[in-house]
Amino acid sequence: MFHIYCPYCEELREEEEFHPKGQAHIERPKDPEACSDEEWGDYLFFRDNPRGIHHELWVHAVGCRKFFNATRNTVTYEILETYKMGEQPTITAESLANREALGSVQVAGGGQQTVGASNASVASVKGVKA
Amino acid sequence: MSDYTATWANVYDVRPETEIPAESPLAWSYHNSGRPNVGTNSRAVLRERAMLGHLILRGGAIVLDDAVRQVLGLGLPARPNSLSQDDSGERSIQWLSPDEWLVIVPGGEEFALEKRLREALGGAHYAIVNVGGGQTLLELEGEMARELLMKSTPYDVHPDAFPVGKGVTTVFAKSSLILRRPTETRWELVVRRSFADYLYRWLLDAGAEYGIGVEG
Amino acid sequence: MSQINRLKEGGRIDRSRKLGFTFNGKRYQGHAGDTLASALLANGVDIVNRSFKYSRPRGIVAAGAEEPNALVQLGSTEAAQVPNVRATQQALFEGLVARSTNGWPNVQRDLMGMIGKLGGRLMPPGFYYKTFMAPASMWMTYEKYIRKGAGLGRSPMEPDPDTYDHLHQHCDVLIVGAGPAGLAAALTAARSGARVILCDEQEEMGGSLLDSRELIDHQPAAQWVARVLEELAGRDNVTLLPRTTANGYHDHHFVTLHERRTEHLGETAPLKGGYRPARSRMHRVRAGQVLLATGAHERPLVYGNNDVPGNLLAGAVSTYIRRYGVVPGRRLVLSTTNDHAYRAALDWQDAGREVVAIVDARPAPDGELVAQARERGIRIIEGAAVLEAKGGSRVSGARVAAIDAGAFKVTGQAETLECDTIASSGGYSPVIHLASHTGARPTWNEAILGFVPGLVKGVHAAGSARGIHDLAEGLADGVAMAARALETLGVSAMAVELPHVDARRDGPSCALYQVPHEKPTLRAPKQFVDLQNDVTASAIEIATREGFESIEHVKRYTAMGFGTDQGKLGNINGMAIAARCLGKSIPEVGTTVFRPNYTPVTFGAIVGRHCRELFDPERYTALHEWHVEHGAEFEDVGQWKRPWYFPQSVDGKKETMHEAVARECLAVREKVGILDASTLGKIDIQGPDAREFLNRVYTNKWLKLEVGRARYGLMCKDDGMLMDDGTTSCLGENHFLMTTTTGGAASVLEWLELWHQTEWPELQVYFTSVTDHWATMTVTGPEARHLLAEITDIDLDRDTFRFMDWREGKVAGVPARVFRISFTGELAYEINVQANYAMHVWKTLFEHGDKYGLTPYGTETMHVLRAEKGFIIAGQDSDGSVTPEDLGMQWAVGYDKPFSWIGKRALSRSDTRRTDRKQLVGLKPKDPTVVLEEGAQIVFDPDHTIPMPMVGHVTSSYYSPTLGGGFALAVVKGGHQRMGETVYLPMADGKTHAAEIVGTIFYDPKGERQHV
Repeated sequence: MFHIYCPYCEELREEEEFHPKGQAHIERPKDPEACSDEEWGDYLFFRDNPRGIHHELWVHAVGCRKFFNATRNTVTYEILETYKMGEQPTITAESLANREALGSVQVAGGGQQTVGASNASVASVKGVKA
Repeated sequence: MSDYTATWANVYDVRPETEIPAESPLAWSYHNSGRPNVGTNSRAVLRERAMLGHLILRGGAIVLDDAVRQVLGLGLPARPNSLSQDDSGERSIQWLSPDEWLVIVPGGEEFALEKRLREALGGAHYAIVNVGGGQTLLELEGEMARELLMKSTPYDVHPDAFPVGKGVTTVFAKSSLILRRPTETRWELVVRRSFADYLYRWLLDAGAEYGIGVEG
Repeated sequence: MSQINRLKEGGRIDRSRKLGFTFNGKRYQGHAGDTLASALLANGVDIVNRSFKYSRPRGIVAAGAEEPNALVQLGSTEAAQVPNVRATQQALFEGLVARSTNGWPNVQRDLMGMIGKLGGRLMPPGFYYKTFMAPASMWMTYEKYIRKGAGLGRSPMEPDPDTYDHLHQHCDVLIVGAGPAGLAAALTAARSGARVILCDEQEEMGGSLLDSRELIDHQPAAQWVARVLEELAGRDNVTLLPRTTANGYHDHHFVTLHERRTEHLGETAPLKGGYRPARSRMHRVRAGQVLLATGAHERPLVYGNNDVPGNLLAGAVSTYIRRYGVVPGRRLVLSTTNDHAYRAALDWQDAGREVVAIVDARPAPDGELVAQARERGIRIIEGAAVLEAKGGSRVSGARVAAIDAGAFKVTGQAETLECDTIASSGGYSPVIHLASHTGARPTWNEAILGFVPGLVKGVHAAGSARGIHDLAEGLADGVAMAARALETLGVSAMAVELPHVDARRDGPSCALYQVPHEKPTLRAPKQFVDLQNDVTASAIEIATREGFESIEHVKRYTAMGFGTDQGKLGNINGMAIAARCLGKSIPEVGTTVFRPNYTPVTFGAIVGRHCRELFDPERYTALHEWHVEHGAEFEDVGQWKRPWYFPQSVDGKKETMHEAVARECLAVREKVGILDASTLGKIDIQGPDAREFLNRVYTNKWLKLEVGRARYGLMCKDDGMLMDDGTTSCLGENHFLMTTTTGGAASVLEWLELWHQTEWPELQVYFTSVTDHWATMTVTGPEARHLLAEITDIDLDRDTFRFMDWREGKVAGVPARVFRISFTGELAYEINVQANYAMHVWKTLFEHGDKYGLTPYGTETMHVLRAEKGFIIAGQDSDGSVTPEDLGMQWAVGYDKPFSWIGKRALSRSDTRRTDRKQLVGLKPKDPTVVLEEGAQIVFDPDHTIPMPMVGHVTSSYYSPTLGGGFALAVVKGGHQRMGETVYLPMADGKTHAAEIVGTIFYDPKGERQHV
């Protein structure tokens, strides 16, 4: 059960509220009639299935009904970031490889996705208790 | 009624001018499942606010905000998942998505409101849709109201996560609804007509151990 | 029988409350605070079960969730039956009735035991696979008896009187386990102001502290537990959940907790104020951070006949004595590899029973507990182990000898010690099950001789769960790990002062898993590794000899760690044996992976309230009550309940469906019928680019549709396959009302949003679902105009209100939109009113409808009527592999539209241009009395040898009262070019039907009737 940060509702929501819609950034060819059968077939049927970083399209179906993209690690199931339509990911397989090459630690809570509950609730409980 | 050929959109009052018997989405449920009495042991109380005016507003926040302020005297809630109400609490606007709001007003006000909003919005790109026949509003109160919600929705209803003035669309049992918290003690559930009976039966079942009662 | 093993004093039981219970038909007595297991031991019950494969007698081994043998079937009545309950986890209550799960006809003497006795070498691993697979046809017969013999418990055959539910929980920190580390962590997190949930699977919180010999702050440890729990209970940011097992640790810190709420009170939940509270509850917890303080399970040693009743875990012996005041025998031999287990001997002696000897595998043990035992004069046999237990239904002795653990050799002369109990301890395995669920591979820690949770971001373990077994260190670790978890959440932890614990020096443990025997493993007495699944050391050895080298394969071949046990006691020993056989180290053999659930969860708790009438949402239209009152039979269409047909009583006899549908069909064709069409999806579309958008998502043309007109459209996916269809009306220049199929409503709206949000955000248009807002009533038939005219102010003149026009006006005084759309082929008006007024309009129509023969009809009649007209149902006559051209609907395809609309490009792909595609045709059975089966396969040549080439199938088939016979729609390869040909439908009963390929329109081919 994923906990997914909706970039439009600006909070983490339960996976039950979302529908996965496959690979992100699949653009419909601008001029379909100019595509060969093979090109059109590629657009229709062929998708990446990487081990590791993957960019996926999701929709907040029981919520704001907005589509957005998520960068997810298909091995750990960690969602590294979510971002609005029209935006580009800040984390990619390449960027992570570069960072590792530079010897930096693994990215944690990158982008707008954090794993786990928001910190706000902790802070406010503390406030009450203090 | 409007002259449909002369307008961009087809707008008219869906309420009859004469007294016509109307049935809320829960009419069948009341007949079929009954309404448990509210007693001194009722730690959860349900109340339907039937026949209210429900409008969906679509458009850019800036465009709509002016018109809404002018017509309704209320600011458009711009923050996600927030709810604004007028002083009486009878009129409210809720953020549903970056370009979608739910307006709930006393029954009968919605058509005049829609007309005035359309006038104020002029040639802007927007949409207003009357959805009043398609949903109803339930109020839930009582000391165990929150636990009843915890049985039903994966959304966090703890006061820290769900302060007064918040409203969300979320999963509820195996269906969905809009959940809002207009006051400290009162929750509102905006349910779709066709799911209303299922949700009503769910609430009675889950609330039985709290002696749930239905007012009205 | 009296409680012969109950101590006069001690334990945490309530001696003032006696509880009667029944086990295998015999009455016993225990006390409040007992588990079923402690009460059975108190009563001297040795045999609690028969083993799974060899049917050997088995006794209680452990005191907690790791118990492999004492699985019982609970319930005094059929409805209350619960299988596979661990006696060690079941609190005793008055009137409890339990039976052994296994053992047919009974546990003392059973038939399968014969195989077990003779058995041994007759049942190697893979025995059932190897023996019973051939002939395959006999498997069903074998299985019946094997299953009965094996006995895995049974489910109740009557409805469960109890209720179950779910509670969605959210917290900052979830702490699993309320032992020393968990309590210290909970205190830290709670005082820091975090929302904390602390759960523990036992009846009481406190874990190992409840039977510890150690002092905290100079007082018995249990007193510290009570103080901490009191503080936690008083905080409103803390939720305490005793009797609650964390069973699954899922993605992103989602954890399922199973709370047994009334299972300690009775076999069904006791009534409370006339209401039966939920018997058990699934807490679905979304935590910010999870801290696993799940402790450790003691590892038994693997020696000969280590399954004979009277063989227990050393720690369990201490637990029974100190917590329950039960000493499970008279003469004890303890076989150990470590200091900690010595407390079993000390507790045993304190209970006034005889410790025959402590057999310690280490050559020179020297810790503080060892010294205490020496001081008491207990005999300690160093550098030795129990090779083999003696006895059949109860231990009668222990063969003990010096061993060389490293060389796996017996080095001394064996000596037999007379005893009735053998307690063993081979060390402590951290309970890493939950950490393992996250996908973290456990890592081997040589210092503690056990696996510890693998390091995964955000997964925290504390105390024994990560191999820190010392009490003082465990408490400190709880505080430290809680602080770390809080830090991850951005919260600084409040300092928690650690209580005082006297430091205790323990000597090092030694590595021993399987104890060597004078005979080779294959010939030695059975040395059990996994007691629940009857997996022996020799089975693992055989598996490695047969070529299974990965522990994952060994597990599957031998069934080690299967079932409800999930390898709690046996996995590490099994891996050690495999490692020995393969000449590898334990980590080289692999690691151990555990899957949810940690312990079995009843289906009731999984299902919660989603059962019976609330199993799935039922969606009703505004007219539902009328349908119910008028005797409608309902059909499920998605989640909707739609009237299927309205059977009437004729001469006191209720019509059959066939009769009702025939009557309804003729009413529509000859008079007038009415259908509740409210379930159709309705989407309000507004915006200056609405028209352009429609033009892109529909296959046909929309730019010129006038206000006041409606048009039928097909919607394809970009692969050219039909997705949905419906009628869309132009309400205003920038305003449209789209209808979708009933089932497609949600997916079509999402589809429109997908294209708008991801591909064409520049188009100015908004979509809003109005399915529930409008009720739709279809009045159709030759008399429709006359009927409607009586109650509307709309001009129904055929030349001003034409087919595919819509008008607004009042119907029965209610503002309405009326659409002249026909799905029956007859004159038809679809009346849309705000749903709250639908019942009034519907009833008014009936008030006026009698004289016209107004007849309500349901979906079945709708289907017959539409199929007679060749109108398709998307999703029935199409299945995601059918193009508009396959359906013969080129008339609804705008080939020359400027924008390459969704699906267009695909229609010119080589595959969609094939001439032998399956195409929609009509079928006329040669025998008119035959109604073909929907889904029936079609062949061209009925005499072809099997397998026959199948060339299509029937998609819709009905009896038509109008045509006086059966007719069907079907997809047939190249069907459009095969008009007049005969095809065949071979049926399962051996009959073959013949049918003629015809056009899809069976009735009123020119479509004159809908235009009248």
